[in-house]
Amino acid sequence: MSAVIDAHHDDHAHGPAKGITRWLYTTNHKDIGSMYLWFSFLMFLAGGVMALVIRAELFQPGQSFVEPHFFNQMTTMHGLVMVFGAIMPAFVGLANWMLPMMVGAPDMALPRMNNLSFWILPFASALLISTLFMEGGGPDFGWTMYAPLSTTYAPDSVTYVIFAIHLLGASSIMGAINIIATILNMRAPGMTLMKMPMFVWTWLITAYLLIAVMPVLAGAVTMMLFDIHFGTSFFDAAGGGDPVLFQHIFWFFGHPEVYIMILPAFGIVSHVIPAFSRKRLFGYDSMVYATSSIAFLSFIVWAHHMFTVGMPLAGQLFFMYATMLIAVPTGVKVFNWISTMWQGSMTFETPMLFALAFVFLFTIGGFSGVMLSIAPADYQYHDTYFVVAHFHYVLVSGSLFSIFSAVYFWLPKWTGYMYSEALGKVHFWLSFLGVNLAFFPMHFSGLAGMPRRIPDYALQFANFNAWSTVGAFIFGLSQLLFLYVVIQSIRGGQKATAQVWDGAEGLEWTVPSPAPYHTFATPPQVK
Amino acid sequence: MFFPTRFTATGLLLAAALVLAVPAAASGWNMTPGVTEISRAIYDLHMLIFWICVGIGVVVFGAMFISIVLHRKSRNATPATFHESTKLEIVWTLIPLAILIGMAVPATSVLVQMYDSGGEDMVVEVRGYQWRWEYKYLDDDLNEQLSFFSNLSTPRDQILGRAEKGEHYLLEVDNPLVIPINRKVRFLLTSNDVIHAWWVPDFALKRDAIPGFINDIWAIVEEPGIYRGQCAELCGIDHGYMPIVVHALPEDEFDAWYAERLELARAQDEQLEEQIAQEWSGEELFARGESVYATHCVACHQAEGQGVPPVFPALAGNGVVAGDLESHMDVVYHGRPGTAMQAFGPVLDPVDMASVMHYQRKAFGHANGEVVKPVDVIRFAEAQ
Ligand code: HEC
Ligand code: HEM
Ligand SMILES: [Cu+2]
Ligand SMILES: [Cu+2]
Repeated sequence: MSAVIDAHHDDHAHGPAKGITRWLYTTNHKDIGSMYLWFSFLMFLAGGVMALVIRAELFQPGQSFVEPHFFNQMTTMHGLVMVFGAIMPAFVGLANWMLPMMVGAPDMALPRMNNLSFWILPFASALLISTLFMEGGGPDFGWTMYAPLSTTYAPDSVTYVIFAIHLLGASSIMGAINIIATILNMRAPGMTLMKMPMFVWTWLITAYLLIAVMPVLAGAVTMMLFDIHFGTSFFDAAGGGDPVLFQHIFWFFGHPEVYIMILPAFGIVSHVIPAFSRKRLFGYDSMVYATSSIAFLSFIVWAHHMFTVGMPLAGQLFFMYATMLIAVPTGVKVFNWISTMWQGSMTFETPMLFALAFVFLFTIGGFSGVMLSIAPADYQYHDTYFVVAHFHYVLVSGSLFSIFSAVYFWLPKWTGYMYSEALGKVHFWLSFLGVNLAFFPMHFSGLAGMPRRIPDYALQFANFNAWSTVGAFIFGLSQLLFLYVVIQSIRGGQKATAQVWDGAEGLEWTVPSPAPYHTFATPPQVK
Repeated sequence: MFFPTRFTATGLLLAAALVLAVPAAASGWNMTPGVTEISRAIYDLHMLIFWICVGIGVVVFGAMFISIVLHRKSRNATPATFHESTKLEIVWTLIPLAILIGMAVPATSVLVQMYDSGGEDMVVEVRGYQWRWEYKYLDDDLNEQLSFFSNLSTPRDQILGRAEKGEHYLLEVDNPLVIPINRKVRFLLTSNDVIHAWWVPDFALKRDAIPGFINDIWAIVEEPGIYRGQCAELCGIDHGYMPIVVHALPEDEFDAWYAERLELARAQDEQLEEQIAQEWSGEELFARGESVYATHCVACHQAEGQGVPPVFPALAGNGVVAGDLESHMDVVYHGRPGTAMQAFGPVLDPVDMASVMHYQRKAFGHANGEVVKPVDVIRFAEAQ
């Protein structure tokens, strides 16, 4: 892909406004992208502290550190904050920064809505977290919010949780509309769909998933609200309702949601691996088809989270087969990444290390996913630490590692300075060690029979849990190093060139580093 | 050179140490093969998929590491230029598909076998409560023959670290479920409040207990023994404290146990009649009430009656407890629908109910005048 940059600068173009109004009123995709990223990092730390509270309690058997009621609030809030506060906004932040530059557009298609969709987030999250300080405590029913524990038996603060989820959902939907509008309407001349960079493709598909399922979540929590306050009995068997109905609706949102958190990661890795292998992405077309098939399949597998609710045999079989099928396109992606490296000329800077760890560890998460999809075996795995291990391998060493990879990859473009490669590598190795030490033993504790979401456990699980806690603290603390590396690169260092990485391709590398406040005021020509 | 081998070496060493140390550090780190035909089939299925995944992993990660070692810039300065191959894409779509079909076939047959309920020798209803299980032995017409509650029996001192933890810490109960081996036992699962899940790993049975609905599962246990499990669905504060213990007895021993329990239940009914008629002193009621309180109320209202406000109200200095007996009994007997305060009317017999009422009204610094007698409870119940 080659591009011609137009050096001409509009005369009414201007830099950022001064002071706080720059951030409050900005419609600039780069400013908004930065805010999204900082916000998600803050939420990541908040959710991380909650995770460490959980791990501290579980370090040894016995009730040592927090009460069971608070423990349940910590697990619930950790899940909600990480999913809705950390991972999703981080990907939207990356989309804001990179999509316009990747498609050669001057900004997002709907810049004012962009500002709104960001500024909803801090308020929604503050509302969510404030429930911890309300009378009766915060939500204590798990991030999956199963009724009737989350309705009839919930603390009063659940009403605020529902409202916060509505707000977070509205923000996500706006973000998704904006991304679709930008990608479909604002590509530079010559950039056909099948020439779009993979990150653009994966985000396009993700945005459709978001629009399809966030309203379903909103519907589910609204039904909860009605059961709690307006006398309906959607989920109350005593009134003719069905508690399992909630689970069907929730997971109809929930399974696509896990792909919302992984498809953009696939996109990022598909940029980083070719760049550092100095070789084109292998099987671009099949990557696009694989991503689309994963998105389609994600709508028809939801009940694999509900194998134990007592579905009829035909239902179990359908959801088992459909779930197993997802492994096929996922496998295609992994094979393509490895073929991209094959006979390349690889170097191993920090973004590449995170991308390689992604391929390695995400695949391990995929293996446990295939195991979980086997319905009879899932009777033994379901709701144990084996599931916790599975989704942390795909979410932490999957989604989160891809976000780290992306930040290191594009940081020089954002700040104009190279980050410290040595410190970046230390951050990588500490994270890699921490993640595996924290989550690998959970496979064993789960198989040995430890249920998830318990504040105390039988003695035979003690060793695994001690290891997990040590790993979790190593992982958690090493993220402070990440913060330091990023701040250091913002404040100065070795100047970055426009190209930054010699093997990197794409329009974003044709603009100077740091990227000027306005880029591509006139669209480049893509051949 | 970009790649500091120092870091790789330490990283790999640590990873290797981790993989080796973790299994070595603990016994029991795989799924149990269990003691039923189904549980062994599931174990075999689990190991089959596991080894298939290991095989795929060796190939995939092998290719990746070969590439990382050989195709690095220091060894391979000029990258190849190939970037697509429809043939390869088809190959690595079809091979995994074939492998998956190979897994789906045995999985389907195990599942079909598990759904073959019916033809059972006996039926047990399993009912989840926050946070205990109730077991009811039903006859052929599903009428209740024998029933009892099964509560965690680990002392609170062990949980709070004031006493050394026993061997079966958190996996022990006061009244275990008892079933015979070699007979098809059908379990009907339901719940009184929120969703729980009844799970005994050795039987490979895990099914949700859902309020208002009935799920059914079955097992034919082949070896006598004591099997332990836990609730597997988040059900509130004490979700971690509602274990399941099943004693599987040889058929004749089970029959003897069952006859004895039925007899005992009949005797208890008679004894209860006597106890109700008996003249209770305040001290006797207080002592009995204290132990009823410790089994049924302490999880929420706490040992000193201080509760966990605002979730669980304190009973010490509580207006309801200090108030008139009628409305106090009303709360305990009927519970407060829609809150964690369940109805204890169906759970406690009149003597236990009277004693725990009496205890509350005398303990925690209260000094309500009258003695609450079992007949008061009966009178109250009849008026409902
Ligand atoms: C699962 C937790 C739980 C258990 C076990 C429990 N309670 Fe309660 N109890 C509650 C809650 C919650 C309330 C407050 C209900 C409400 O919101 O009105 C309550 C209220 C009460 C009240 C009324 C207090 C008031 O201020 O309204 C009494 C009396 C009481 N419980 C007695 C008992 C006794 C006696 C037992 C044991 C036989 C017991 N409870 C077991 C949770 C529990
Ligand atoms: C692609 C990224 C993936 C993500 C982000 C992800 C995430 C998750 C999460 C969060 C859960 C926990 C649900 C709960 O709270 O109970 C879960 C469970 C599950 N996942 Fe995944 N997953 C991914 C991939 C896969 C794959 C590839 C498969 C199968 C081929 C799979 C199969 C399952 C199954 C069957 C469960 C249910 C387990 C149970 O509840 O017993 N997942 N996943
Ligand atoms: Cu799913
Ligand atoms: Cu439970």
